[in-house]
Amino acid sequence: MKKFASLMLAAALALSVMAGCAQKTSGAVTTDGSTSMEKVIGALGEAFEAQNSGVAFTYNPTGSGSGIQAVQEGRCDIGLSSRALKEDEKSSGLTETILAYDGIAVIVNPDNPVSDLNVDTIAKIYTGKITNWKDVGGQDAEIVLIGREAGSGTRDGFESITDTEDACQYRQELTSTGDVITAVSQNPDAIGYASLASVKDTVRAVTVGGVAPTEDTVKDGSYVIQRPFVLVTKTDAPLSEPAQKFFDFAISPDAAELISGAGAVAAN
Amino acid sequence: MERKKQLLETAVHGIFLVLGLVTVGCVLLITAYLVASGIPAIRRIGLLPFLLGDRWESTAAQPSYGILPFILTSVYGTAGAILFGVPVGFFAAVYLAKMAPAKVKAVAGSAVSLLAGIPSVVYGLVGMLVLVPGIRRLFHVPDGASLLAAIIVLAIMILPSIIKVSITALEAVPQEYEDASLALGATPTETWFRVSVPAARSGIAAAVVLGVGRAIGEAMAVMMVSGNAANMPALFESVRFLTTAVASEMSYSSGLQRQALFSIALVLFLFIMLINAALNFFLKRDKEGS
Repeated sequence: MKKFASLMLAAALALSVMAGCAQKTSGAVTTDGSTSMEKVIGALGEAFEAQNSGVAFTYNPTGSGSGIQAVQEGRCDIGLSSRALKEDEKSSGLTETILAYDGIAVIVNPDNPVSDLNVDTIAKIYTGKITNWKDVGGQDAEIVLIGREAGSGTRDGFESITDTEDACQYRQELTSTGDVITAVSQNPDAIGYASLASVKDTVRAVTVGGVAPTEDTVKDGSYVIQRPFVLVTKTDAPLSEPAQKFFDFAISPDAAELISGAGAVAAN
Repeated sequence: MERKKQLLETAVHGIFLVLGLVTVGCVLLITAYLVASGIPAIRRIGLLPFLLGDRWESTAAQPSYGILPFILTSVYGTAGAILFGVPVGFFAAVYLAKMAPAKVKAVAGSAVSLLAGIPSVVYGLVGMLVLVPGIRRLFHVPDGASLLAAIIVLAIMILPSIIKVSITALEAVPQEYEDASLALGATPTETWFRVSVPAARSGIAAAVVLGVGRAIGEAMAVMMVSGNAANMPALFESVRFLTTAVASEMSYSSGLQRQALFSIALVLFLFIMLINAALNFFLKRDKEGS
């Protein structure tokens, strides 16, 4: 009987702790947009909530286009876009603030003699127009294309930058960056792509048009297989207090480590 | 006093009944949920284009949702695993049940149990690091991630269920049958294959069906070795199974794509129901036979 009573007591205590959390809400930050930014925004949102108890942070993964539309229509505080804003979007009263850059490295097996490719060649390789390594200065062997599954942010980024959407002839579609790296490291004729931050020494990143992918070349724009992660806000309407606080936090140097931990290159 | 006892008895009975119903409830809930979330996409795509379409491009500008490659891959992959796994499992079971010395049997028995306990992701990892490069080198194909790699991994994964259930069936054969056969002058080998195995055949059939069930439902291990491109199945081609089709795209899916994934799960569920029905049939026949 005593055991039962103490159990009940413990349960009641646990419940009261949860109730305490829910009561403190004093503001909300709503974000909406790019699914590719999920990791970066998730890390920032979590850290922000931990620092500001009582602020509820929400992220609605809908895609860059819908995120931009949502902020325009006032359905969220901050829109998230994984492409730069177009001119007409800017003139319609939106401001872009670059939060980070997403660099995508093109990786090959360390035994592969090919060390440089340009975007055009990469696109030809992935669409099946070039199928043998000897056509790009390598050995006489069939190129094995390794990529990510449909819906992945990295795949979406890679295909939109190289302009190969829906046209890639993948031999393997793997579900994580780690699997792509393992598969490329196991096959001397394989080529794959992975977010820059996760590339390890078991594979080699090729230079693209002579530029090696590093944080610096991604930041200054000379490495071309990259795209910006953009925070979209209204130009003339001020942000709510918690939203402004989050915005400042996200672009502060303190957030840089969180951003690189999530696989992107911080802009600030 | 007597009343109190009876009350306790009723209470315990009630608790057990509720706990028993939890399982049934879970099955019903999952079935209802799968049917409810699987039907809308099939309605929108159309049953025949969905089941017999040979192109799966779920995120293309003009999406197409045909799952014939997945269905055929699952069928071929399972059949291949049975082809490799059943002979090995069957003879291993006959050896362990009838011929093996007690010490060997104890060691091999625990090895088989251990094989059953290895998580599928470990099978997948070993397959990815050893089997896939091995196939590439052995058969001189550009890439080893293929239907063959998945078949080999599945064949190994279904061994424990086949061996264990077959051993149980073989050991349940009454000693008198074998004694009679031996007394009539049959050799031990003749006795095992002419008397013991036929007497245990329903149990062995159940073991095979159980293996089919395990093979068709496996996702993690095959996802890591089969390449996952939505091609029509061929031995050295990169292929996608019904299970991996659901697992690989679920995390980022939305809209009709997500609904279509539920429909794939529904198709898989129907396959597994069929297999379970077959299993029940064999087990029932086994009981009536003895």
